[in-house]
Amino acid sequence: MQQHPPAVEVAGLVKRYGTKTAVDGLALSAAHGAVTAVLGPNGAGKSTTIEICEGYRPADAGTVRVLGLDPAADGAALRPRIGVMLQSGGVYPSARAEEMLRHMARLHAHPLDVGELIERLGLDSCGRTPYRRLSGGQQQRLALAMAVVGRPELVFLDEPTAGLDPQARRATWELIRELRTDGVSVLLTTHHMDEAEQLADEVAIIDAGRLVVRGTPEELCRGGAENTMRFSGRPGLDLASLLKALPPETAAIELTPGAYRVAGTIDPELLATVTTWCAQNGVLPEQMTVERRTLEDVFLELTGKELRS
Amino acid sequence: MSAGTFVPAPGAAPIGRMILTQAGLETRMLLRNGEQLLLTVIIPSVVLALFSAVDIIDTGAGERVDFLAPGALALAVMATSFTGQAIGTGFERRYGVLKRLAASPLPRWGLMAAKTLSVLVIQLLQVVLLTAIALALGWSPHGNPLAVVLLLLLGTAAFSGLGLLMAGTLRAEATLAAANLVFILLMVAGGVMVPLSKFPDGVRTVLEYTPIAALSEGLRDVLQHGASMPWGAAGVLAAWAVVGLAAAARFFKWE
Repeated sequence: MQQHPPAVEVAGLVKRYGTKTAVDGLALSAAHGAVTAVLGPNGAGKSTTIEICEGYRPADAGTVRVLGLDPAADGAALRPRIGVMLQSGGVYPSARAEEMLRHMARLHAHPLDVGELIERLGLDSCGRTPYRRLSGGQQQRLALAMAVVGRPELVFLDEPTAGLDPQARRATWELIRELRTDGVSVLLTTHHMDEAEQLADEVAIIDAGRLVVRGTPEELCRGGAENTMRFSGRPGLDLASLLKALPPETAAIELTPGAYRVAGTIDPELLATVTTWCAQNGVLPEQMTVERRTLEDVFLELTGKELRS
Repeated sequence: MSAGTFVPAPGAAPIGRMILTQAGLETRMLLRNGEQLLLTVIIPSVVLALFSAVDIIDTGAGERVDFLAPGALALAVMATSFTGQAIGTGFERRYGVLKRLAASPLPRWGLMAAKTLSVLVIQLLQVVLLTAIALALGWSPHGNPLAVVLLLLLGTAAFSGLGLLMAGTLRAEATLAAANLVFILLMVAGGVMVPLSKFPDGVRTVLEYTPIAALSEGLRDVLQHGASMPWGAAGVLAAWAVVGLAAAARFFKWE
């Protein structure tokens, strides 16, 4: 297979607005033909970074290469090759959904079949509806359709499923997976950790304008902190006797009467120890679950739990 | 959709097709907007028909329609090139339309060309409509049609520059208010309906240098008085066009 350079490669990126540094030496790359998710709290610099890659604003320092081009200098050559989905807006309020999509198609040399795309995204019932009267979800799907209709090599999706109902969200995920299968590179931002886990080949977590960590979702969830298991049973069990049977470093507490949580390295052996102990105490552990560390746990560990403005 | 649907096949459409399709969309958006139609079609038509038929304002010597028709044409150009374009573009900026288009294969100059084309299409419709109304009211135009076309084009350039400058620098709501205010002031004080000779001398000298007065008086010189080419008015419009377009190009903010 032919070796492709990364679809997006950013190094040492700096962007300041007045005295505020929005992006502070960021490194980021998005592999060719892969889905890359950029996660970060509000104000972390995600949108600024993506908009620099899209050619909307120049960088103050650092290098940016998108499909091998500098978006600030080679915008005219780059724009036909990328698809852009903005966080909101982008359409004339009185333009009809299908009219706007047909318009975007006509700006490209080899666009997708507009009718099929409309049907595919469930917009056929509102094709003649003016943009301002579309629901939020319909507006999002139209923006997604506008990003892919020109058959780009790379699409930038800024929070593509914000405000979508579960069905529309799944349809969007399905489309993003298909883009990947067909060789389109995807760079998306999201606040939904499950979305990143479901879709992304690689995740980059950024905070305060810097890259905090990057890796596959599996890599990020595997390392570091402990897992947990939960079960429920009779209230008031003697957890001290359980802890004696468990490896040190393991914790067990009764969260609410009858609801127990064990935290530590949850392996098959530990699970067997807990069930054996339950049997000895005449307890049938109900709703027993083992929870893998999620991307959300990783995210909160790395970026803190306090609210961001 | 089958497998392989999304296999990349990027490319821009030919520039001519992009500009034409953009101009078509812009024109449809303008025609679909009721407030814009009020401004660009109804007000100039009413000014022309009402004040020609009813003796409300003193338009000086000669038939009232011969005075008012050039003024209505100038008003139509101002309504479309300045007020309509300022408001429309201001809200396109607010709604992220300009931002989205800036990431499309259509270059910025192509978008501006399409906007100009769409303004010219609307103005052509206005000229046809106002000419028909004026002729029905007994208008007898004089002069060189090429001079009229040149003045209309210079007026379009002057008003477009000012309209885009406003749209690209102010908030959309501020543009809406200011563009309407300027429209009403210049309609009353710009030689459209009321002869400039009705104003005191000092005020009149200032008013003569506004683009609306230059356009309506220039058109009147040709259409009412049969002048060959009013270079003074053309010069004022050209100066406004250079200043307005240069300032718009320099200060226009796309977001």
